[in-house]
Amino acid sequence: MNITYLDNNATTRTAPEVVEKMLPFYTEYYGNPSSMYGFAGYVAKKLAEARIKTAQLIGASAEEIVFTSCGTESDSTAIYAALQSYPHKKHILTTRVEHPAVKSLCEHLSAKKGYRVTFVPVDGKGFLDLDYLYDHITDDTAIVSVMWANNETGVIFPVEDIARVVKKRGAVFHTDAVQAVGKIPMNLADTDIDMLSLSGHKLHAPKGAGALYIRKGTKFAPFLIGGHQEKGRRGGTENTASIVGLGKACELAGERIEEENTRVRALRDKLETEILKQVPHTVINGDIHNRLPNTTSIGFEYVEGESILLMLNELGICASSGSACTSGSLEPSHVLRALGVPFTIAHGSIRFSLSVYNSDADIDFVIEQLPPIIEKLRMISPFRAQENQT
Amino acid sequence: MWDYTDKVKEHFLNPRNVGVIEDANGVGEVGSIACGDALKLTLKVDDNNRITDAGFQTFGCASAIASSSALTEMVKGLTLDEASEITNDDIAEFLGGLPREKIHCSVMGREALEKAIRDYRGEGEKEIDGEIVCECFGVTDKEIETIVKENGLTRVEDVTNYIKAGGGCGKCHEGIEGILRAHWGEEPPPMKKPAYMTNLQKIKLIEETLEREIQPSLKQDGGNIELVDVDGDRVMVKLLGTCSSCSLSQVTLKDYVEKKLRELVSGDLTVEEVS
Repeated sequence: MNITYLDNNATTRTAPEVVEKMLPFYTEYYGNPSSMYGFAGYVAKKLAEARIKTAQLIGASAEEIVFTSCGTESDSTAIYAALQSYPHKKHILTTRVEHPAVKSLCEHLSAKKGYRVTFVPVDGKGFLDLDYLYDHITDDTAIVSVMWANNETGVIFPVEDIARVVKKRGAVFHTDAVQAVGKIPMNLADTDIDMLSLSGHKLHAPKGAGALYIRKGTKFAPFLIGGHQEKGRRGGTENTASIVGLGKACELAGERIEEENTRVRALRDKLETEILKQVPHTVINGDIHNRLPNTTSIGFEYVEGESILLMLNELGICASSGSACTSGSLEPSHVLRALGVPFTIAHGSIRFSLSVYNSDADIDFVIEQLPPIIEKLRMISPFRAQENQT
Repeated sequence: MWDYTDKVKEHFLNPRNVGVIEDANGVGEVGSIACGDALKLTLKVDDNNRITDAGFQTFGCASAIASSSALTEMVKGLTLDEASEITNDDIAEFLGGLPREKIHCSVMGREALEKAIRDYRGEGEKEIDGEIVCECFGVTDKEIETIVKENGLTRVEDVTNYIKAGGGCGKCHEGIEGILRAHWGEEPPPMKKPAYMTNLQKIKLIEETLEREIQPSLKQDGGNIELVDVDGDRVMVKLLGTCSSCSLSQVTLKDYVEKKLRELVSGDLTVEEVS
């Protein structure tokens, strides 16, 4: 069966160009980049090139990049670094719609480690309540962590503006930019962002490689303590092949960022417009303007998300849902609930996230197949009768 | 991806008896959109108290739809007395098993059936018994007690899997723990052997049992055991540490490990040592 992959906010296809660059580091160039001989020196040189390419994509300098194993490690490192650097400060400010990498860590710090955590709410369109955020920065605030773009709705937060205010108020600003890097042009040198997390596998690099940007001069303490790798900022032998892959992926992302914002955006818009036109009682979750170009979260009333996903699965279409049933919990997505999306829609919400590897044919296929699936499930649903009355 | 059996998938993709029976004389509705699943069951019962037709409408995930479809197939042709004997386990078994997190789908089926039968008999709504513990899903202490007793549940997580209580905001976890403690006392009860398992569930339970029940006591004597493979009812293991050189290891294997696995997983298991 052909796979129609529309779940790129979960993970992406590793670019063939990336795989090609990586392979020699599993076969030929297996040296440890910390070793003294020339054989390993080549590996160290390629790591340095990957660092430059990663830095270039986000407008940073190479020494501001620390390679990690994933976005979650980058987030944990950033938050713990700020807390350790300012041990007298006991307050963390973040949002209600963060990825679990930040949300669960903050909940843990609040429940087990005695930190005070404030979760900033969002409105119905998914926008942050900035007044609330600014009102809650105090002298006790060690770090403010706000994602650049939301993984479920794609809504973009004004992190550059927030960073400016946070800096003036004397706290550290971190952003989880895992979904934004490669889709939104960024030049960190011109901002007040202190730390930024990115993840390789969200931008066509392999899983197992991520990076943390640490602005020059930012107080820092390592999360993994060990060898002198990454200038003492992250112990542990480098995942050389994956990091080389990440470098290549960042180079490609820089070249493709325009395509993401033109061709991919047009595909997303077409998918959304056609589905809304063909399927009644359907809404888009989150603001439709200020959004990542590749993401749409569509809520279908009266049907449940997992059922939709499994029927799509029968056709080889991969997407994800904000529904509870797919995650093992019974509450629908905390993000959709934070937006105030009613249960009737939250349970039936599906996220499609595209990439440059999607074609017109992919989108046409979904536009053709999805409406009858919703129709079939609504035929089974007891709430169908109510639908007919409205 | 959920680990659904082929039968669940088949009933989900081709559900039987979808819709409302026009001249139904027994109707049971449970759940709501807010809960994430809901089922409306309609029954046609003849003068001999026999169910001649059944129809369903379900809002919910694949296993909720499959459980509803299975339920209608199961009840058709039964007398009301026979039908009221159906348990959620029966529904799960009909489908070749359900993932643990999805057992509440089969419970929803049983509840709808109970309601529909009460409706036909003119018994009206069952009175709400006890006090609401889980406000998210409106589950009472009495309902939790019953499900704990009937199914030998020991953990909050299991209660959530069966009747959803505790699956929302999580504020009632302490309350549920209180009910579990009141039922079992401070000591957790021994693990209970489930009535029916898919292969994967069996392997998982063997692993769990080794980890929870067997390894700790072997480790006390400086030994250990590792699961190598499971082929049908043959459990292949490797003895480690002091166990590997112990002259009584075969006794340990048969009289302790095998006995324990038969008791807690399945009576048909045989344990053998492989190198």
